[in-house]
Amino acid sequence: MKKGYFGDFGGQFVAELLIPPLRELEHALETIVPSPEFQAEFSALLRDYVGRKSPLTHCPTLSKELGFNLWLKREDLNHTGSHKINNTLGQALLTKYMGKPAMLTETGAGMNGVATATAARALDLDCIVFMGATDVARQSHNVRRMQLLGAEIVPVQNGTKTLKDAINEALRYWIAEQRTHHYCFGTAAGPHPFPTLVREFQSVVGREAREQILEKTGELPYAVVACVGGGSNAIGAFHAFVPDESVRLVGVEAAGTGEPGCYNSAPLNLGSRGVLHGQMTMLLQDEDGQILPSHSVAAGLDYPGVGPEHAHLHDSGRAHYGTVNDAQALKAFMTLTRSEGIMPALESSHAVAWVLENRDRIPKGANVIVNLSGRGDKDMDIIEEHLGAQPVHGRKG
Amino acid sequence: MTTSKLTERIRKANAAGRKALIPFIPGGFPDLEQFWTHLEALDAGGADIIEVGVPFSDPCADGPVVEKASIQALEAGVSLKWLLNGLKARAGRFQAELVLMGYLNPFLQYGFEKLAEDAAAAGVSGFIIPDLPLDEDAPYRAVLQGKGMALVPLVGLNTDLERMKAYAAVAKGYVYVVSVLGTTGARESFPAELADALARAREAFDLPIALGFGIKEPAQLEVFGDSIDAVIFGSALITHIRETGSAKAFMARWA
Ligand SMILES: Cc1ncc(COP(=O)(O)O)c(C=O)c1O
Repeated sequence: MKKGYFGDFGGQFVAELLIPPLRELEHALETIVPSPEFQAEFSALLRDYVGRKSPLTHCPTLSKELGFNLWLKREDLNHTGSHKINNTLGQALLTKYMGKPAMLTETGAGMNGVATATAARALDLDCIVFMGATDVARQSHNVRRMQLLGAEIVPVQNGTKTLKDAINEALRYWIAEQRTHHYCFGTAAGPHPFPTLVREFQSVVGREAREQILEKTGELPYAVVACVGGGSNAIGAFHAFVPDESVRLVGVEAAGTGEPGCYNSAPLNLGSRGVLHGQMTMLLQDEDGQILPSHSVAAGLDYPGVGPEHAHLHDSGRAHYGTVNDAQALKAFMTLTRSEGIMPALESSHAVAWVLENRDRIPKGANVIVNLSGRGDKDMDIIEEHLGAQPVHGRKG
Repeated sequence: MTTSKLTERIRKANAAGRKALIPFIPGGFPDLEQFWTHLEALDAGGADIIEVGVPFSDPCADGPVVEKASIQALEAGVSLKWLLNGLKARAGRFQAELVLMGYLNPFLQYGFEKLAEDAAAAGVSGFIIPDLPLDEDAPYRAVLQGKGMALVPLVGLNTDLERMKAYAAVAKGYVYVVSVLGTTGARESFPAELADALARAREAFDLPIALGFGIKEPAQLEVFGDSIDAVIFGSALITHIRETGSAKAFMARWA
């Protein structure tokens, strides 16, 4: 397989001016990241600052109703409330080792922005965050958090004003500021080496989950389910299980409103091959190769592309990718909240919803792990807007 | 190895004691009709080579002026197919050589074999694809060169000599030296390191050197002397067209 590729997908489709910083980063991934010093420091940060391991929680009420065992990998319990912190602390530490004083990043739901701003504070780095203007409006809570952490927020007014445009702007900024800034890419997508680098830092999720489920049940799970935006939480959850052929890997893409022809965020199911943001991958695009706007009620899933390793896992059939629409995700949010007292992020609610919607396909007594990538606090405004009119009393909501 | 028409064209201008002029205009800007008027004005106004942009929804190596013009052209309904058909209908009418500058994805969706065939029939002499660096370009370069078209490399302040030499081993046409570590857009001054980058390019390449990004006035070029052979201007031209509705006066400055 060509370096930087997963099957036919991946690569480094960037301006020549970005090749030197990508080379530098590739070298850092090969030399610094595997070093015992780096690994020791990173593990200590994950343990003492993030609060790892995150628990693997059994859901007694829902499991009883479903007839199989639902387990949640609790990335929502991490410091800053999502899986994003695993990656940003890894990259912040790498920034230090590379001798750069600052990081830049892009964010959709804001969780990557908050996690990057936090990691920057923890390791005394400057931080600038690009965020689509639409996302600034719908994730105001996280914007405030980033500002309090001392990060500079740049609202992006171009294009669809969401994650894809924030990435464009971040790439532009990086060309100019590459000598002092590390681009802390927020998901397992983009030009090589980012998909591999981010997977490296997120794979702790699946490693822990694998050990925990073996310890608790004595066997490997029937399936591991995770939502897919760019694909970082999913690749993190999947990676340790890829060699376990009996374990089904299920990624869940956002179908938007689910109406025919609506904007969605499901490039693996509804897109085609193309090149965007430095990678050959599956994309939402028209027949002229222009990128189509995406949509999801979950800002963190609202991206017209997907990390190249998922495109490959999809192509090779090792993982299966389903879709869940906005309404199903909102319903799953309420179901989990009311059944177990756990309020998932709207992104993670897509993964929960896939399990609820596909309950008949899962054998009785099976063990299913859902990666709960984040907590729902950040989504309160959206939840209110969608569920505000509905009666929200009573056990089943 | 045959010499590219692009190389010949720049050498001819240099032999006449001047820098070759390479304006850039996004296809379909500002709308589908006026675009052809501007293209003809650039041609009549002394352009040696015209870089015609193929608008893309996500031009992440471009600054705000080019991005806005590209989006405007997309909204006006431009597509690669429209552009190639229009150029084909006018093939042979332009004095200047034509180069298509665009991001990879629209070219990929069109299909590279068909692209090479249709572009050659439309009188296109070369391509610039900013998100297709050396490490990825081999299959695409082969298809374009198979139809006699050049794939022009972009290099910059942070491209070392070794990498320039690697480009030089395969490149045709001319070398596009990016004047700044940044995106497209007119600027007041250039970084001191630019002289070193131009010297490296001169050492590595046997092709003419064209300087682009940030250039808006002929006077800016004086400091470069013989270290460049051609000049590329885009954002300044787009801004001028926006302000005056005409490309002619802009070209007159450089003649
Ligand atoms: C809580 C949460 N989950 C999931 C995602 C989706 O991203 P990815 O697929 O890269 O993990 C996001 C992105 O913002 C998020 O905030």
